[in-house]
Amino acid sequence: MKIHEYQAIEIFKQAGIPVIDGQVAVDADEAARIAEEIGYPVVLKAQVLSGGRGKAGGIRIVEKKGDLKETFRQIKDLKIKDCPVEKVLVVRAVDIKKEFYAGITVDALKSNVVLIVSSSGGVDIEEVARADPRAIRKFYLNEGRSIDKTLWLEFICAIFKDPSHQQKVTAIFQNLIEIFFDHDCSLAEINPLVIDGNGEIFAADAKINFDDNALFRHEDVSEMRDLTFEDPNEMEAKEQGLSFVKLDGNVGCIVNGAGLAMGTMDMIQLLGGQPANFREVGGSSDPEKILHAIKIILKNDRVKAILINIFGGITRCDDIAKGILEAKKQMDIPVPLIVRLTGTNEAQAKEILREQDIDTFPTMREAVVKAVGLGQG
Amino acid sequence: MSILLDEHSKVIVQGITGRDGSFHAKKMLEYGTKIVAGVTPGKGGAEEHGVAVFNSVAEAKDRTQANTAVIYVPAPFAKDAILEDIDAGIELIVCITEGIPVLDMVEVKKAMDGKNIRLVGPNCPGVISPGKSKVGIMPGHIHQPGPVGVVSRSGTLTYEVVYNLTLRGIGQSTCIGLGGDPIIGTRFVEVLEMFEGDDQTKGIVMIGEIGGEDEQVAAEYIKEHVTKPVVGFIAGRTAPAGKRMGHAGAIISSGDSTAEAKRKILKGAGVTVVDYPDEIPAAFEKSLQ
Repeated sequence: MKIHEYQAIEIFKQAGIPVIDGQVAVDADEAARIAEEIGYPVVLKAQVLSGGRGKAGGIRIVEKKGDLKETFRQIKDLKIKDCPVEKVLVVRAVDIKKEFYAGITVDALKSNVVLIVSSSGGVDIEEVARADPRAIRKFYLNEGRSIDKTLWLEFICAIFKDPSHQQKVTAIFQNLIEIFFDHDCSLAEINPLVIDGNGEIFAADAKINFDDNALFRHEDVSEMRDLTFEDPNEMEAKEQGLSFVKLDGNVGCIVNGAGLAMGTMDMIQLLGGQPANFREVGGSSDPEKILHAIKIILKNDRVKAILINIFGGITRCDDIAKGILEAKKQMDIPVPLIVRLTGTNEAQAKEILREQDIDTFPTMREAVVKAVGLGQG
Repeated sequence: MSILLDEHSKVIVQGITGRDGSFHAKKMLEYGTKIVAGVTPGKGGAEEHGVAVFNSVAEAKDRTQANTAVIYVPAPFAKDAILEDIDAGIELIVCITEGIPVLDMVEVKKAMDGKNIRLVGPNCPGVISPGKSKVGIMPGHIHQPGPVGVVSRSGTLTYEVVYNLTLRGIGQSTCIGLGGDPIIGTRFVEVLEMFEGDDQTKGIVMIGEIGGEDEQVAAEYIKEHVTKPVVGFIAGRTAPAGKRMGHAGAIISSGDSTAEAKRKILKGAGVTVVDYPDEIPAAFEKSLQ
């Protein structure tokens, strides 16, 4: 789960990380009021959950009062990677002397949490990683929150030469580590971390992503979710315990397990069809899930056929069959259902469907070929 | 022989009284898996499908000399379930549970450090050595004993591949689902090494997918160390571009994790890479000739 910069700044502030003064505004009058309080020049920053704000014109400096409202409106009218700009952060413009990158994430291959710091901040950091890997330094948090002092000193002195800076960034990074562990983050990032003309160090941006699997123990985090940025179908699916990604084609797909779902999509496209969605009904089986899945897919009027490809392991085929029957009972399904069920409780499932005259296909390929044909017809 | 699991493996089922735990304990018993105990805290003394239930893994192991554990407990409690196995000295832990917080897994991996313990999963279908024992949630009847070792990052796609192998009369030595989470106990390379050293295994099927760089690491290993034929499939060739996780994720995995990149690198390592899962049996027959 992602949150906006202004929300992440609040978390930074509470943790004691120095940030730049500012407030979020929804209209030009409010922005003008905030700018007046802070004093010009100010920076206006579009609050969207996608990256690439700067390049899209979503971050602009305003030198004087007369320019504020017009610049605010221009930002507000932007669509950044299809996301509308609902809120704009107004902050003091800082006299930046040097920019750094700092981020904490999980390195899955090493099964460890890592702090990444680079003296080339603010720019395209992936490009730095490719072009000059030595400019990127990593500190693995082998001891969790507590850090080995000797190793730490070696790490930090290699990047920050000034002793007063070393002290300040150590405090900042320790707080960032606390944030990461306290909130079960998947990413806590400061880009850029800046040093101003007076030698003060600030987080000039704040980005925090959370581990969806850990939201159950962080109610306060879940409350920060911005629903305006989520696809309503994907949200509804999530509530039902399904994962759903909308695509442009006309073959609706209900598949269990992400791997088989991807394999099914690949086969549909390689055989000349177009899937309407990526839909995975997840682990443990529940007849209700199929009902909801069909309902959500049918909201898309381009769909010409629904392909149900289930290979039952923990998902039981008879539960899926019951779900299909329930769906047929509860609503009019205007497109053909192409059903392939194999695996756990397959025999019971086929029995249930046979009684209702629903045919099943013996293999994935036969089912996909049929569905692709209907999509093209 | 097979790897990891055979007819002598003595298995504890953690979460045996839950919906999935109970159902799959029954399926495993029907398959012939030697389930010696169940564990559900607070339900010690009960019985499930004739299997004695204990309050803790330590107690269950003490009474039954179990060496393998399979976990079906809900995600919020899964970390403690795995740690219990580590403390009790269980040799093979298979974690089926989906949705475990990643920092819980960081903690688990630290606890495993330096210990001779193998964890498979989490968020995986488990391990089966056909005809001998199955530990997990895979449908037993689609498997048959034979010469192919199957290792996969996916669950259901593995079933699809195994099903196609069996239809063609090609049996399996051991099938392992590694699990779909970022942090998992066992990765391709470790399984490839075991298959390479296993007499029963004459060839290997490897099923990967987009994201991460496990397939790249595996390709390097295959090039250097694997003499047996390997057939590969990568899912997600047509998947929409994945959601990226900030800059830090990209810095860590600076490699190209698209399906096409993985297919290319595997081909470069001498792996036969197929376009469709149902082409695997034929490719395998050809590579064995």
